[in-house]
Amino acid sequence: MQCICKSFPGVRALHDVSFTLRRGEVHALMGENGAGKSTLIKVMTGVYEKDAGRILVEGEAIHFRSPQDAQDFGVGTVYQEITLCPNLTVAENMFIGRGRYAFVNWKRMKEKTARLLDSLGIPARPTQALSSCSLAVQQMIAIARAIDMDCKILILDEPTSSLDEDEVQKLFSLMRELKSRSVGIVFVTHFLDQVYEISDRITVLRNGEFIGDYDASSLPQFELVSKMMGRALDDISQLKKHEPSERDCSEPVFEAAGLSSAAGVRPFDFTIRKGEVNGFIGLLGSGRSECVRAIYAADKVIGGDVRMNGNKVKIGEPIHAMKHGIGYLPEDRKGDGIIADLSVRDNIILAVQVLNGFLKPFARKQAEAFAEEYIQRLNIKTASTSTPIKSLSGGNQQKVILARWLLTHPEYLILDEPTRGIDVGTKVEIQKLVLKLALNGVSVTFISSEVEEMLRTCSRLIVMRDRAIVGELAGENITEGDVMHAIAGGGEQL
Amino acid sequence: MINVKLRGVQLFLPLSVLAILILINLIKGADYFSISIINGALYGNIPNILFGASELVILSIGMTLVTSSSGGQDISVGVAAAISSSVFVRILLGAGGITWLTIFVAFLASCVVGILIGAFNGTLVAIFSVQPMVATLILYTAGRSIAFLVDGRLSPVLANDLTSQIGSVIPGIPIQMPIVLTVVFVILFAVLLRTTNLKLYSQAVGINQKAARLNGINPVRIKILTYMILGVCTAVAGFIAVTKAGRHDSVNLLKYVEMDAILAVAIGGNALGGGKFSIAGSIIGAYTIEVLNRTLLRLEVDTETIKAFKAVFIIILMVIASPVVREYVAKSVKLMRARLDGAVQTQLADGTDAARVSEAAIPTEKEV
Repeated sequence: MQCICKSFPGVRALHDVSFTLRRGEVHALMGENGAGKSTLIKVMTGVYEKDAGRILVEGEAIHFRSPQDAQDFGVGTVYQEITLCPNLTVAENMFIGRGRYAFVNWKRMKEKTARLLDSLGIPARPTQALSSCSLAVQQMIAIARAIDMDCKILILDEPTSSLDEDEVQKLFSLMRELKSRSVGIVFVTHFLDQVYEISDRITVLRNGEFIGDYDASSLPQFELVSKMMGRALDDISQLKKHEPSERDCSEPVFEAAGLSSAAGVRPFDFTIRKGEVNGFIGLLGSGRSECVRAIYAADKVIGGDVRMNGNKVKIGEPIHAMKHGIGYLPEDRKGDGIIADLSVRDNIILAVQVLNGFLKPFARKQAEAFAEEYIQRLNIKTASTSTPIKSLSGGNQQKVILARWLLTHPEYLILDEPTRGIDVGTKVEIQKLVLKLALNGVSVTFISSEVEEMLRTCSRLIVMRDRAIVGELAGENITEGDVMHAIAGGGEQL
Repeated sequence: MINVKLRGVQLFLPLSVLAILILINLIKGADYFSISIINGALYGNIPNILFGASELVILSIGMTLVTSSSGGQDISVGVAAAISSSVFVRILLGAGGITWLTIFVAFLASCVVGILIGAFNGTLVAIFSVQPMVATLILYTAGRSIAFLVDGRLSPVLANDLTSQIGSVIPGIPIQMPIVLTVVFVILFAVLLRTTNLKLYSQAVGINQKAARLNGINPVRIKILTYMILGVCTAVAGFIAVTKAGRHDSVNLLKYVEMDAILAVAIGGNALGGGKFSIAGSIIGAYTIEVLNRTLLRLEVDTETIKAFKAVFIIILMVIASPVVREYVAKSVKLMRARLDGAVQTQLADGTDAARVSEAAIPTEKEV
């Protein structure tokens, strides 16, 4: 047996997860954001200690106390962000932090590096500065470093996300080479095609739970997607009773033609009507967030025409979008949404205050009234209006951001993952709120990783794959199966 | 309620330090608070402190704002004050006659210079993302030479009644003018914070620039604006300093004041990493520094060694105020309370399990 096995009952991050890696295989670890992939990897590499369960290497139970421990045991990790020193040479990077002695034999170091690079077919010279190599080569050097430390298990955490097609191929040939040396490779990525190209087996996690362990050849792509997103295909919910009435006849509120942004989304057309709820759907990294960011000019807009209520307008900065009645709840609540140290009150009034103007601050009393009103309306749990927002729970922080935009009375509201990482009760509240807004004539674009939630709230789904819009689903009869097929893109277009 | 509490905590340290210093002074001599009237104006320890700290108070206000928005400090404030005041002196002396009007015009011109300097620093920080300390190091290095050139390689003297009255006492007003000017400046600044969203915007930019932008705030503009406001502060401080001195000494005018201004911000309980700020804290911090300086003088500490004593005092102050110590104190207070609870429980229990009971009480207290 060459298997690692572990389970962690009782923890939310990982619940009874097992993972088996055989010698000389590439094993893809799949799951949406928050599924527990990184937690699992961190346990595997000794960054976190497991609460329960066992780790077995070659049949023997072991216990990693620190990353160093795991490394000594032959578990090497290469992260998405390269963690080497770019201004040192290749050889120095290869040996940094490994010497047991204060003195370095430079000549031997170079020779050893050259031999290693050669044997793995990595196109780099030992004396070259690391920063002068391409990202792919840097990635490979990081791998070579791990190999040289006699690793039996190599973990690659999204190694391909910053590589282009050619570089990915180079990396894959290196991975195949390692496979033949009977190194077990754990491969984390969200690119489906790559999974099928290189992996022998696939383990799927969802919400910290172990979904299954499959042979890559016997798991069709769209089945993998449905396993990652949850809900088997025959378990289609009947919850779509909130379907808003037909609004196709109403006039478009916002139209975009050929819109593209510096974040790298292909030029797209987009229309939303008054009182419509639509949504972008696709896997993580498919470009759904980039689309709405382009609409709101959160990323630099580099092309396209935009119309608001039929009139051509220019939206080059978020403030322009705000002035045209667009609100945007960003995906990254912590990084883009909350102003952590400021009070709940200041966070609620921020957008409407900015719209009101720099020279027209609200009186304290007015601000207090606004905050009180929305704390009550959205049932925000906070000690007072002066509590810093960072001390609230995630769900309540999200409600504060929602309150911020509702207070501006937008015509068009963009909600990017408003329900991520918050409890079920709040999720339902937010969904209800969206539908209520639509009934009042507000147009909403809704993005969620949960298909079921999208089906419940949106009357039209725009399907994205590889940073481009590939189709649209509309009408009463969308099923989760349709969505899965569209996202996975099993060859035929919609 | 909580806000009041938080502010209380933030101001607790500088206020208590101030109280301790005053206590030391009272022990040294009970006549500390005595005020006498000389030439129709108030003199004594307290007026002297208010008089001496004027420039520092004004600079620390601007420094607080810049710290909040850009998460860094401007180390060129003393130099900027030297440049703007050299322009003031140059224009005033070149104007022919010195009247209230020419003084006012020259002062306005020096404010414009201050704003330009602020715009320069602000542009480097906001547009080119240079570290504030590095960006302002440029002027810190070159500034006094510039002031020297503006002075015409001299140390021009303001030998006239009007400016020396501004630097000391105007007949009929029983309070020294620099104190009055400082009070007026603080009031004007309070009005500025009240009638604009400056505080909200600069805090938002300082805490989370990306989120601020997505809410329609232009971080670049706000940062430059705060540096320009600091520029006005430096011009006012330079104006007060040069009228106090009666001559423009480009080498020594407000020398090392930048470090005291940064210190005042820190003593006031403001995070030097930016974000939330309290102007009141910085003002108290500035006065605390002045009191400290004068206390050391009063205790007859040798002028040569006064800096070392000051440093020791500040080290103690900063360590007490550090989050590490604060957390430790909070923890031990909690633990003490838990122990007390435990002791009560022990009395209720048989006594055999005393140790276990008191131990068990600690985690429960933490959970609460």
